Order: sequence, then structure tokens, then C-alpha cells
Amino acid sequence: MTIQQISVFLENKSGRLAEVTKTLGDAGVNMRAATIADTADFGILRIVVDNPQKALDALDKKGFTAKVTEVFAIELEDRPGGLAEIMELFHTTGVNIEYLYSSLENKNNKAVVIFKVDDTEHGNKIFQEHKLTAIKKF
Amino acid sequence: MVWDSSAEYRDPALLQALQLQRLQELVTRLYIRVPFYRRKFDEAGIRPSDINSLEDISRIPFTTKQELRETYPYGLLAVDESEIVEVHTSSGTTGTPVVGAYTQRDIETWSHAMARTLAMAGAGPGDVIQNAYGYGLFTGGLGVHYGARMLGANVIPISAGNTKRQLMIMRDFGTTLLTCTPSYSLFLAETAAEEGIDFKPLPLKAGCFGAEPWSDNMRREIENKLSLKAHDIYGLTEIIGPGVAAECEVQDGLHINEDFFYPEIIDPETGKVLPPGEKGELVFTTLTKEGTPILRYRTRDITYLYREACSCGRTTVKMHRLLGRTDDMLIIRGVNIFPSQIEEVLIRIEETQPHYQIAVDRGSTHLDEIEIRVEVEESFFSDETKVLERIRSKIAEEIRSSLGIGATIRLVEPKSLERSVGKAIRVIDKRQI
Repeated sequence: MTIQQISVFLENKSGRLAEVTKTLGDAGVNMRAATIADTADFGILRIVVDNPQKALDALDKKGFTAKVTEVFAIELEDRPGGLAEIMELFHTTGVNIEYLYSSLENKNNKAVVIFKVDDTEHGNKIFQEHKLTAIKKF
Repeated sequence: MVWDSSAEYRDPALLQALQLQRLQELVTRLYIRVPFYRRKFDEAGIRPSDINSLEDISRIPFTTKQELRETYPYGLLAVDESEIVEVHTSSGTTGTPVVGAYTQRDIETWSHAMARTLAMAGAGPGDVIQNAYGYGLFTGGLGVHYGARMLGANVIPISAGNTKRQLMIMRDFGTTLLTCTPSYSLFLAETAAEEGIDFKPLPLKAGCFGAEPWSDNMRREIENKLSLKAHDIYGLTEIIGPGVAAECEVQDGLHINEDFFYPEIIDPETGKVLPPGEKGELVFTTLTKEGTPILRYRTRDITYLYREACSCGRTTVKMHRLLGRTDDMLIIRGVNIFPSQIEEVLIRIEETQPHYQIAVDRGSTHLDEIEIRVEVEESFFSDETKVLERIRSKIAEEIRSSLGIGATIRLVEPKSLERSVGKAIRVIDKRQI
């Protein structure tokens, strides 16, 4: 039910993000979701791509520090309150979120949101019980 | 002000006779009492009776910091332990500190040396000396304290830190002379400005600043901001603490108390003694010390000596303000740090590579700020910032507890720091001093 997210360690220095995205573009990798978690002197770029292995290989070749994390890509109703309902569900069922961000996907009027939860197994169980659609591949 | 005119204005010929007499007594005493020195003399094939002139000192082997560490704690003691009345050590951040053990007479010598130092800055009875050097094993605090007591001045043992209280005490007790590190004096000035305190109407007239490198530019800034005359002072635990050398009112080089501490300048490569005016490594012999005397100690400080008559009237030899080091030691807020110590801490932390770079700068506060750039070990890289932040604070805590300094830790990408075939560039010192 999970998909592979790639996290890239980035120092806060100019041009670094341009290098990552160019590396991915040159490798023919298409990004479907991206976010940056930043602190004062470093950032972590988190991306979901169409071909994770290809992306990892390309990043590795260029010397980037990258890591794969299992995350959920859940389809939500693309309307006011869509996310709130899911959040309420997570809250009542004890699914703790480490972080979330949205993707570019939008099929059948559904938004796709990427979730990293602290307990993947528990999250998986809750998603299945409540018949949430988790995307398996972008 | 001169504390001891008979010593400080001494005729050079008489001075040299005194130095030789003291040196001969010293080597004889050490040969008899300290196996460490006797072995060194024997290995060099010399006897105390071979020292017949001051020039003969060049036949005596040097003593290094490493040897001082190896003989910790009392391997160099030249008196019975019961004669020791006080012990100080260097910060000892590398593990084994360097010991200075003082007899009652050593404390008196130190008091006189520091009384001379404070008097050179214009202090005497009636003066209020605010001593913002740290009290404790560090020699700065008690060294100034003893000198002030000898001088008959009023000493306020406020020690380091607590800047607002420093300013309150300074104003309420009418401090006339301030002793602290030069960078702390500027920090004090800045805090005073924020608090709306003007130094001009205060009785503060002079300061003795040392324990870290500074420059003429910094002196001008200190003098303007604190409205006082700033004097450079020099000393080290191995020799006595502060009181080895100090600037008089002329502020042109530091008069060495050479009747107590015999200076030489050597070529750090060959060990050859260099003539006055030539730059090299400063070496000291403690002519009168009883507890832990030291022969030809290599300070690793670079400077030169000059003996031109000083308009203050003192005849003692002068040394130029320190010009550098022969090793990679850094002085951060008065604490001596070697890059190798930082490396030792990093090796203990599995989340990092021992690849690092140290950047030192003086920020808006004028205090030394140290940033350590560390490569994250790839297998510990995380998609969560809190994990990396935890690694960062772990490193900062380890550095603080091992080295006693606060450092900014900056995580950098693996393999991003320069690797060179030979020695990596570890230190970037950007301090404009």
C-alpha cells in the first residue's frame, strides 16, 4: 500500500536545488510530488517520482545523499473539508502523522496527499478498514 | 606607576649577572631533585657546572608541552609535596592538563610579577580593579587577584560572565581598572550601550587584556568604546600564569619580567637561538620558580624580542605582541583548542564522519564564534529533520562537555568537505583582529 519517497539531504547553499532537479530531469525522471523541510542550515527535499530506482541511481551518481522512505499516497475528495475528514479519522484511530504534502495528481476529482505516519503497519490497517484508496504507483 | 623600580630599571649588566646566577642555581637544583631533568642532562652530555654564561643555556635541551603532559601530575615537582600551597592547571581539554604547582615563594613571585603588570597599566593603592578573568584552576583570575592584593588596590573578584552585573558593579563601586579578555571587553561595551550606560563619566581609566590574540585595531576600538587605556598582557600556566610580560604606558611591546622568566627566541625548525629582532618561537626558563620550574619551555608562540630603551624607563627586554603559533592551536574565548580535540569527539559519534572543518569568526557580539561543519554519515541520513537535529545537538553537547566551549554545529553533505592528498584544510579563521 505504500509508495517509495526519495529524500535528499541539501545544504542551504545556492544552486543546490537546481542541481538536484536538473539531475532528475536529465535522467528522464518525472516528479509527481515535492516538498522541502528546512532548518536554518540544511534542508531535506522529499519527492515522489515515476521511477524511484532511476532517480536514486541518478542522484547517487552525482554524489547526493538520498534515502528511500515508505509513505502513503492517499486519494481524498477534492472539496472543502476533504482533508479535515481524514485528519479527524487519523486522530480518532491513533494514526500519528510525521509530515504530509500534496501531489500533482488529480484524478476523477480526487486529490492525492502524501502521508508519512509513525507506524506504517497501523496506518495501513486503518486505511484498509476505512476503504481509503492508496495509490501504488505514479 | 612602577611597582619595583630596582628590578624594572635594573642596569643590564647587573640583570645578566643576576640571571646567570639564578640559572646556575636552577639547573643545579633540578639536576639533583628532578629525575626527568637529570636524565635529559645526562642524555645531552652536560652537567650543571657546564653552564658558565647565559649563552650556555642553548646547551640545555628544550622542554615540550608533551613532556609536561607525560609527567602529570607531579613528575616535574622540584620540592617536597608538602611545600606546595596552590595548584593550577591548564584547561586540559585534551585529557591531561598541564600543572603549575606553587610554593609560598612562587605565589609571592607571581604576586610581584602581577603587581608590576597592574602598575604598568597605572594601578596603585586606591584603585578599584574589577577582575573579570575566571577564578578557579585557570590562572587568570587568581593571578590578577594576587597582584592587586600585593599592590594594595581594591580588587573585586567578580570573575567571568554575568555582563549586566559586571556593569552594575563597575558603576556602583567606581571601577578604575578592568581585567578580562579583549573580546569580552567589547561585549561589555556593547551591553553597556544597550543598557544606556556611558563609560565617559565613569572613573574607568585602564584595562589589562590578554589570554587571546588581538590587534591594534581592536585596541583602538576598545579604547574608544570603553573610554580607557588598553594594555596587552601575556602569560601561560606552564610558566606562572599571567604576569610573564605586559605593556607599559607607552603601549609599544610587552616588557618581560626577565629577572623571573628568561626569554629566548629560537628557530622552530632547527632549535637555534635567534638574535633580537628576529622572529621565531618564544622559549622561557623560569629562573626563580620552586614548585614546578621549567627549563627552555617551547611556548609555540611566535614573536620577536627587542631591547631598545623604552621611554617609560624600564630596562627589561620587550616582546612584540604575539604574531602567531607554530602549531594549529586556536584560542576561542580564551580557551585553547586544537583541531585534533574536535576530531576525537567526532570519532566517538557514530552518526558523523570525522570529516570536518572549523570556521572561527567574531560576530556582532565581538566574541569568538566557532562553527564546526560536519559531514553526516550517509547511513544516518533521515527524511525527518528532527532526527538530524538530534544528531546536531548530540555533537554540540559532546563538544561542550569535552572542550568546554559552545560551538555551532552545521551538518553538511557527505563528501562535500575538501579532501586533499596531504593535510585537509581543517580551520578557516576569519577573525579580523
